[in-house]
Parts: sequence; structure tokens; C-alpha cells
Amino acid sequence: MTDQTFPPAKPDVVVIGAGWAGSIMAKELTEAGLNVTMLERGHDHSTAVEGTYPGSIDELRGAVRKRLFQKLARTSLTIRNRPDQTALPYRQLAAFLPGEGVGGAGLHWSGCHFRVTEDDLRLRSATIERYGQKFIPKDMHLQDYGISYGELEPFFDKAEKVFGTSGEASSVQGQKTGRGNVFALDRSSHFPLPPMADTFSASVFRQAAREAGFHPYSMPAANASQPYTNPYGCQMGPCNFCGYCSGYACYLYSKASPNVNILPALRQDKRFRLITQAQVLEILLDDTRKRATGVRYIDLKTDSEQVIEADLVILSAFQLHNVHLMLTSGIGKPYDPVSQSGTIGRNFTYQTITSSRVWLPENRCTNQFVGAGGAGVAIDDFNQPGFDRGRAGFIGGSPVWVNQAGLKPIAAAQGSGGKGSPRWGGAYKAAMIDQYRHSFSIDAHGSNMAYRDVYLDLDPTWRNAYGQPMLRMTFTWKDNDIRMNQYVVRQIGDIAQAMGATRTSLNSLLPGQLFDSRIYQTTHLSGGVILGSNPKTSALNRYLQSWDVPNLFVIGSSAFPQGMGYNPTGLVAALAYWSAYHIRQTYLRNPGPMVHA
Amino acid sequence: MGGAASLSSIPLLSHAARADEKDGKQQPAPPDDDPAHYRPVFFSVEEYLFLCHACERIFPQDENGPGAQALGVPRFIDRQMTTPYGRGDLWYMKAPFVNGPPELGYQLPYSPQDLYRGAITPINTHCLMLHDAVFAALSPQWQDEVLHALEDNRLHLNDIPGAAFFEQLRTNTLEGAFSDPAYGGNHNMAGWKMMDFPGARADFMDWINQNGARYPLGPVGMPPKPDPYSASFQNEEG
Repeated sequence: MTDQTFPPAKPDVVVIGAGWAGSIMAKELTEAGLNVTMLERGHDHSTAVEGTYPGSIDELRGAVRKRLFQKLARTSLTIRNRPDQTALPYRQLAAFLPGEGVGGAGLHWSGCHFRVTEDDLRLRSATIERYGQKFIPKDMHLQDYGISYGELEPFFDKAEKVFGTSGEASSVQGQKTGRGNVFALDRSSHFPLPPMADTFSASVFRQAAREAGFHPYSMPAANASQPYTNPYGCQMGPCNFCGYCSGYACYLYSKASPNVNILPALRQDKRFRLITQAQVLEILLDDTRKRATGVRYIDLKTDSEQVIEADLVILSAFQLHNVHLMLTSGIGKPYDPVSQSGTIGRNFTYQTITSSRVWLPENRCTNQFVGAGGAGVAIDDFNQPGFDRGRAGFIGGSPVWVNQAGLKPIAAAQGSGGKGSPRWGGAYKAAMIDQYRHSFSIDAHGSNMAYRDVYLDLDPTWRNAYGQPMLRMTFTWKDNDIRMNQYVVRQIGDIAQAMGATRTSLNSLLPGQLFDSRIYQTTHLSGGVILGSNPKTSALNRYLQSWDVPNLFVIGSSAFPQGMGYNPTGLVAALAYWSAYHIRQTYLRNPGPMVHA
Repeated sequence: MGGAASLSSIPLLSHAARADEKDGKQQPAPPDDDPAHYRPVFFSVEEYLFLCHACERIFPQDENGPGAQALGVPRFIDRQMTTPYGRGDLWYMKAPFVNGPPELGYQLPYSPQDLYRGAITPINTHCLMLHDAVFAALSPQWQDEVLHALEDNRLHLNDIPGAAFFEQLRTNTLEGAFSDPAYGGNHNMAGWKMMDFPGARADFMDWINQNGARYPLGPVGMPPKPDPYSASFQNEEG
């Protein structure tokens, strides 16, 4: 065909959102020979332009004024703790930080790149097998994925090779290596790169955790420990621990991002078209409402409304936006917590994360500005399936780690003081400087379960800049998750003792504590458009295909039926490759439902 | 210590000039980078004087290093006021504005500009009524009393809760002390020096693990360009 036919007016596929999920799907579907148009509401981003030194390592501009994050002025959401409250707008970014622009949250993430534990994909079955049905609290929505680790393994493997992930395998094709995470599942191949080096703090933690009887390992990091060329021909340079990962674009091409690891290849493909500043408002359906015909969006460059028709629609925006777009498009039935009917917005989950802190003697400098977002030393002793939750009294799990990602001075200063210590004045200043020089943090990175009255729906009052109702989040902490956090944080106290800490500040959730939207916790939001085997309790089948609209696939952590202890991006990428594989193998040959309910 | 907080230490008073007092000619740029010679563009002289003293109490000069005034924190805050952040353009600011529990976050209809403009004069009025002097003329001990009353939300400034203003002031003070000097604070990188933060070096390949030894190099700032207050820099992300 001649060049004039590209890009075609009507692509085969429209992909909504240019983060990891969207970029993976666009790459896979262009490889299948389809014409793909990807829409992104934000600006384009590339390392060579927006990611250059020194503009990219400016803390005020980056993590503080949040240049890579969602522009709340145009659209936000409302939040409440309980269904009987009035939800209020999330007016300032704080607790979680969705991305905006090409790369999405995959541009400003840290790079912690995990797989899953054996139980994560079948948590309901595993819990009943080990502890009995009665162990599941009333109103906890526990569910299996309906996909086994064996089925997903090739796609975890593929994602790690695309991301250039650094790590240490413990079991490869049944062979134990004697290194790595002893609790990790078997792998078909080694990590593409050797593990990242331990920072001083991580090495102190590694030794103390071992002495305390735990099983420390190097965290798998999508930060390149060596130069790397991925299967798409995209190149990464070695990470120099500059400390500007989370909240920043990596100026060194060392942190995996869609911008570095996929888009350089995709942009060269004539079947691919990227439209930025395209805010999608609705997935359009035909009269049967069982078939998507395309999308309606606002071209923010011209402030004009546009329609793109396509045979296949991939919804791969950030988790919150996937749920919002399903609701505003009227696809599927909104979840109702009273009747427990409907699926869109059901099983919204977060993660249960607290940071504790230890101080070393004054002759030890922790140089907290040194770091890499995905690097560190973790223990899985309270996250692995064999850990006895019956005695501990909770469902879920929590890795514990020292993940020194590079602490910058504004963040360090803002976070010092409090908990009875002065937050300003001379005493604050002295303590803050001491804390920056001689301490480091240890995190409990726990799962969060799904509950009947924790969900997403549309807000009745507040609207976005396009006149649509904003999403409404109903979320707070539950006893099960608080018990888990408290149990795990107590173990951190033992490890701190083993490392000779001069002072320890343990931080755990308290019974009855409410979710506080003012304090950064994590951007690991999940659920709301979950996969499953029953259309009454899930929005998607196991291939992430909409039960209601079979030519719509919804990719992202929105598909997770409940939370897990690990960071979500590894599973998001694996599920994207899994879904793409089955679209290519099955759906394209015979478009229609791939699972009959 | 007392000197840092006294009126006479603020050269601003000796050659005070409001930016909006234009006599047809552009004032020439100050001949040096000394924060003491800075003339505010957003704040009035009275407001700026308050800022100089309040920031200094939050981050005082002491044996650990310079305080907010010497670091240029008030200059930083003044310059931030005319950015999209200062105008509230980074926040979701659609009505209605409804009070709620603290966990649900900031719900006031005010931008950072509005908070400073709305709070400083009532604080000075409060100080005049109680102590017969504006905030800047109070002793450091009395200034701390006022700041504690704000932090604990015991003072309300018309419809601005004292705690909301205090958090804005504390946040911006610490930003000014530790952001790149190009933004107007952290003068001479003295904020970074007292923290042992090496600034824009961003390369620690040889210092990933030196068994707890102190990093040997002092800080560097961003190269002088681009000007972070230029329109093109501010608007890059649209």
C-alpha cells in the first residue's frame, strides 16, 4: 500500500491510554498486522526531550509540583470513607498519583517489578484449603483469578525481557540456584540482567534479616544493572543510582518505561498512530449495546469533539479511569453494595503500606539521596503461602523491604517531625538533619482485600471539565488489613534490633484508623473492572474481555479481583501480554466471546 | 539569633519598593543575588515583612546553619505566587466547596495566593490587638506563640482556618529552603549543605555502598538555564 493510506481513517483497533498496558497491547496488535490508533489525554514524553538532565532531576518541578502527574484542575475524583458520608473532591494530589501523558504512570514509577506468589492468583481457594471457609470475614469479597501461574509464566517472562529487569532467580526450570527469593515460584529463564547492587542501608537490612532468621533477597527491579537491548531493539543504559525514579522520567534510559522500552519501536511502525491530548469521553456502542463501534474524544489541541470508529477497542487507561469510562459509557451494570449486584466498581482495592524508620550511630551515613526505585532487599516470610495466617489472624500478605529509592531534601524535610516531635523551629531542624544523614526506612508493603462496602461509582455532585460526573471512591481500612500491618510491623522491630539501630520509629495502622487522602501512601490502586469466571461478580472473563461487549478488552490493575503484597506493574504487564496472545491466537480468527458464561 | 528576627535586619524596609508602584520605567534588576536585596513582586511590603519573620521562626538560623531569611525563602515564596501553582491552577477548584472531615483533604476555595493574601493581614491585626505590634515586631517567643495558635487551629483568619494557612506556610518554607537555588531559595545551596545533599550531581555509581562513609562531595546546582520562571518552562506541560 502507498503511504497515503497511512494512517487509515478507520483503524482496526483503538487503544485508550498510552501507559504500559496500552503500549503493550498496541505493540502486540500491530505485530498481528492490525492498524492501531492509540489515544492519550496528556502530552507526548520522550527521554530526549522532557527527560533530559538537569530539568528531569529538579525536585520542586518533579515530585513536588508533580509535572508528570494527572492534572487535577481538569478532572479528579471524590473520596469518602463510608457509604453514608458525602464524598468530597480530591483537590490536591497526595495519597496516590495517577500519571498523565505518554508513558502514563509507567513513566514516573519506581521500577519494582514482581511476579506473584502461588496463592495470589487463587486466594479464595487457597484460603479455604488452608484455613476453612469460616476464616474468610463476612463481607470480604475473596475471589480466584481463574488463571494459573503456569499459564501466566511465559508472559511474566516476556515482560521481564522487554523491561530489562534486574534480579536473582531462585528456581529456573526446576533447578534451585541457592540464591534469590527462596519462596519465589519456578521460572522458565533467569532474569535478563543480574540483580541491582545493595545500597548501604539494604546491605545492613540483608544481614540483620538473615540474623533474625528471615530470607532476604534482592528485589526484582526494572532498573538496568547493566547495558541492555530488549527484544524490540530498544536500548537501556546502566543505572547509576541517581535517585530520581519515582516521580521522574529517568534521564539515563535505565528505568524501564513504555517511552524507552516499547514506543521507540512502535513509533516506527506505519500501522501505528499516536494521538496525544485526546481525552476520551465515551466508548460508543451500537444499538444492541453489545458491540463497541469506537470512541468519542475531545481533541484538547483544538477543543473539538471527535469520533474514531474501530472494530476492536482496548481500554487501557489508569485503573481509576478504566472504571470511570466503563461507567460513563454505560457498559456493564454499576455495582450496588446494598444488593451486591452489578460489577463495575466492585472489588476496588488499594495496598496497606506503612514506613517505619531506624537510626544508625552517628559515624554511619546512610546517604539517602543515593538510590534506585526498584532496587533493595526484601523478605517474603510474611507474604509467602506457607506463612501461617491462621495463627496471625489475617488473609493477605506483606513483604518487608528496604527500598532506598533516593530521598530528596524537600520530601525529607516535609516528612520529618510529627508523632509528638516538633514540626518546625530549631529542634525540628536539628532532628530533621540528623534523620536525613543517619536513618533509613523499612516498609511493610501489604495487600488489601476487597470488601462489600468498598467500591467505585459516579459522584452525584462534582463534575470534571468536560461536564461528566467524576468518579466517587468509597474506601477505608478494615480490621483484617490492619491486623496484617500490625503483625508485620512488629517483626520489623525485631530486625531493627538485630541491626543495632540506635533508635526505631515503628509505624503501623491503628484499629479504626481511617484512610487519609492527605498523605502519600501508594499509587497501587486496583479492581473495579475485575476478571473472573462469573459474569454476575466480574466484568471481564479470564482473557480480560468484557462479558457485555466482546470487542472490548479492559487491561490494567483494574482487572485484579483483590490486592496483593507485591507492586502491581509486573502482573499488569503479564496480563496484557496474556490477553494480547489470546486475542491474536483466538479472537482475531473468530471475533466474539472467548468464554461462554 | 535575635538579630535575624529584628526589623532592622531586613534591608527591605530601607529601600522598599512595591512592584506595582511603577513610575513608567522598569526598575533595574538588583545588582546581586543577595536575598536581602530582593523586592517582592506579589506581596506588599507589610506582607513580605510578615513572611520574612514567620518563615525564620519555622526554619531559624542556628548552629546547624542559616535560617529561612538568609536562604531566600521569602523570595522563593514570592516568586512561586505568580506560577500556575501559586494561582491554584494545579488543584481541582470546582465548586461547591463543602467542609468535611480532615481525612478527605483540603476543601477551601482558596489558591496559595488567596491563602497568603487572606491570612497575613488578619494575623497582624490579631497581633496588634493582643500585643500592640505587628507580627514582625514581636519577640521570637511571641511569634512562636502565634504560630502555635495557627498550627493548632486556635486562630481563624476570617474564613481561613489557622491550620490551613500554617500548613501552606510550612510547606512553602521547606520547599524554599531545599529546592534548587534557581527558584530563589536555598541561597548558596546552604540548605543542601546543611543536609549533606549533593544537589544535581545525580550520579552515585561509586557510592552505592561505602559501608556508611559520608559522601565526600559538596552540592552542585542546576546549570543556570533554563530559567524556571520563563513562560516556556512553566507551560511545557500545558
